[in-house]
Amino acid sequence: MDQLNLGFALRNAWLIPAIPFCSFAIVGLFIAPMSKKLAGIVATASVFATAALAYAIAWEYFTLFPAGAAHPAIIPFSFEWLRYQPGLSVTAGIYVDPISVLLMVVVTTVSALVHLYSNGYMHGDEGFGRFFTYLNLFTFSMLGLVVAPNIVQMYVCWELVGVSSFLLIGFYYQKPSAVAASKKAFIVTRFADLGFLIGVLILGYQGYSSFPSLQGSIAPELVKYGVTNLQPIDFLYINHPLVLQSLLANGGTIMGVSLLTLAMVLVYSGAAGKSAMFPLHIWLPDAMEGPTPVSALIHAATMVVAGVYLVARLFPSFAASEQALLVVAYVGGFTSLLSAIIGITQDDIKRVLAFSTLSQLGYMMLALGVGTMAHPLGYTASMFHLFTHAFFKALLFLGAGAVIHAVHTNDIWEMGGLRKKMPITHITFLVATLAISGIPPLAGFFSKDEILAAALGNHFNVLFGVALFVAGVTAFYMFRIYFVTFWGPFRSHHPEHAHEAPFTMWFPLAILAVLSVIAGFFPMAEYVSIGEPLEHEGINWAIAGPAIGVAVFGIALAGFFYSGEAKRAATVAAAFGVLYRVVKQKFYVDELYIFVTKSVIFQFVARPIAWFDRHVVDGGVNLSGFVTRRSGANLRHLQTGQVQTYSVWYAGGALFILLVLWAAAMGR
Amino acid sequence: MTEFLAQHTPTLTHWLYLSTLLFSIGLYGLLTRRNAVGILMAVELMLNSAALNFVVFNRFCAPATVDGQIMAIFVIAAAAAEVVVGMAIFVALYRYRGTVDVNAMDTMKD
Repeated sequence: MDQLNLGFALRNAWLIPAIPFCSFAIVGLFIAPMSKKLAGIVATASVFATAALAYAIAWEYFTLFPAGAAHPAIIPFSFEWLRYQPGLSVTAGIYVDPISVLLMVVVTTVSALVHLYSNGYMHGDEGFGRFFTYLNLFTFSMLGLVVAPNIVQMYVCWELVGVSSFLLIGFYYQKPSAVAASKKAFIVTRFADLGFLIGVLILGYQGYSSFPSLQGSIAPELVKYGVTNLQPIDFLYINHPLVLQSLLANGGTIMGVSLLTLAMVLVYSGAAGKSAMFPLHIWLPDAMEGPTPVSALIHAATMVVAGVYLVARLFPSFAASEQALLVVAYVGGFTSLLSAIIGITQDDIKRVLAFSTLSQLGYMMLALGVGTMAHPLGYTASMFHLFTHAFFKALLFLGAGAVIHAVHTNDIWEMGGLRKKMPITHITFLVATLAISGIPPLAGFFSKDEILAAALGNHFNVLFGVALFVAGVTAFYMFRIYFVTFWGPFRSHHPEHAHEAPFTMWFPLAILAVLSVIAGFFPMAEYVSIGEPLEHEGINWAIAGPAIGVAVFGIALAGFFYSGEAKRAATVAAAFGVLYRVVKQKFYVDELYIFVTKSVIFQFVARPIAWFDRHVVDGGVNLSGFVTRRSGANLRHLQTGQVQTYSVWYAGGALFILLVLWAAAMGR
Repeated sequence: MTEFLAQHTPTLTHWLYLSTLLFSIGLYGLLTRRNAVGILMAVELMLNSAALNFVVFNRFCAPATVDGQIMAIFVIAAAAAEVVVGMAIFVALYRYRGTVDVNAMDTMKD
């Protein structure tokens, strides 16, 4: 480790998850019951401190490995956590490489701003202290996930963010819909994580088998990056080309699919659950039942990108199995298209944003899927989009939260005309909307452009077309809610009494708006790449031109339909008839799930199993109990309490044994 | 008569028949008596049969020693002590329950 000469922040990188955890424990146990206000302040301050540390780490890491050079992963801190046997133990530690630095910065920044914002948004709420406790817990878990050096730590933290998400979606536990939504989110993601777990087990087992023969050629070269105790479940081992080669050569095939592909697809199912890819996307729109800051932090900027992050983290493994990466790409593209179309028809402002999140997550997955180890532009593009999306989507949600806070409704058709009432919110929301629509020079333009370039560069023409189309649709539905919310007349009595958000709320909006403007100028390609660093290419106007074109067209269309009274929109919706209704009902995917689970699985699987359990399994247990009781009841009559009766038995028994012995002696 | 007896001294077998008889009478008494005092007497019979065995085996198998006779004295001493304790219990029981009928002594069952 000494060769690397780490700075202060990197040496103390363990503080990154430790600070939010300590704050979570202290706030939750001691401060929240005492003083709500103090709980908010302490929780917020701790996350700001973590953010400062994350910036310092980013600074030191990129000083150590400057832009344009190779960026190896380093492990400045690790300890043995669980030891199973020699050659297999689980370490916990801090893994620092470009994407974990990127995520650290994004998570701590958004989390800090959301904490600050929540001080205003949740003001006066009964569960104020509880809210901040959960937010801290989430921040800890997410950072633990981001810095995980091995797949087990990642899995543990993965479930922890799932739990925090569950707790926060169900924050208003008095509301049945919130409880149902939290259960839905947890069950769907847990169901997906089953695949993840099996994938982890396959990878772990294969790693463990190949470890003795490959360790010698891999471990020494990693020592100088701080890996003193390489384990078969470490990402550095799993992603190593030698290991992947050996797995491809020796893994064999199952049902015509190589074991590596199978493992990666299973891992991807976990990622798809967390990142809400079709068909596991159903939980995310419902997750909007949680408080809006939660939607901004967890269900837009950070937790839902954990799936993208996981795929990026295991990118070499995915790339080694080309089919798995194709699955990632096409599922991503399809999700992005589907949810963008649904987004057009929704009336709840947060649901529209949720579908837009789904769509953008699909974009990121698509970008990863079109990358290869030889042409990894997609990898960089995906991380770039993750970076910019975190800012403008958090801004959109927080802006929507400010609006909801002011008008006390989620329905865009009860808003309208808020432009003058809430000028700061209006401007920041407009910035974010332009950013997500991909209008230069805002952040979304650059990252989207890079994704499109990546898709076209690797000859995924269909996906390129889908992505381009989705860019237009995105611009359309985003400006739809923008126009309906902020322009036109007051559509109900709610907006008349609206007022601008307090400082703690508009300040984070302003910061995020600035970030949404400048984030796109960050030369991502020089910092985040896999394999050899990329040249920072300029904008390819042959791709950017059409992208801007569809975005402007989408905006113009939205303006045409939805400015003013928005009468034209209703006419068009009526003209589409059935189609419109199907889209508005989200293609009946939820109903399909209900049908499959309730009518098929319940009726034909669960019921017979329940019958078998009740009558055969329970019956067997009851029978043995019954037999024991009955024989006991009968045998108890032997216990008369009469010493003489016992004596008779005793004497008779003695005599009997005597006779037997005697007979035996005679026979011999 | 004395001459007849001198000529027909009882052998080991005879003594063992006697001992078995004593033991069986004692066992029968133990199993059938209702009165606790009777049971105690039956037990005494059984103990005596055992003591008799000791003496008889000593006499016929190892006449040079007195081990068996000493054991017999031990048995008598133990039996005496047992009777003292047993009778004390019965007296206490009689005061408490008004009877020494063992069929009434079945409260441990429940």
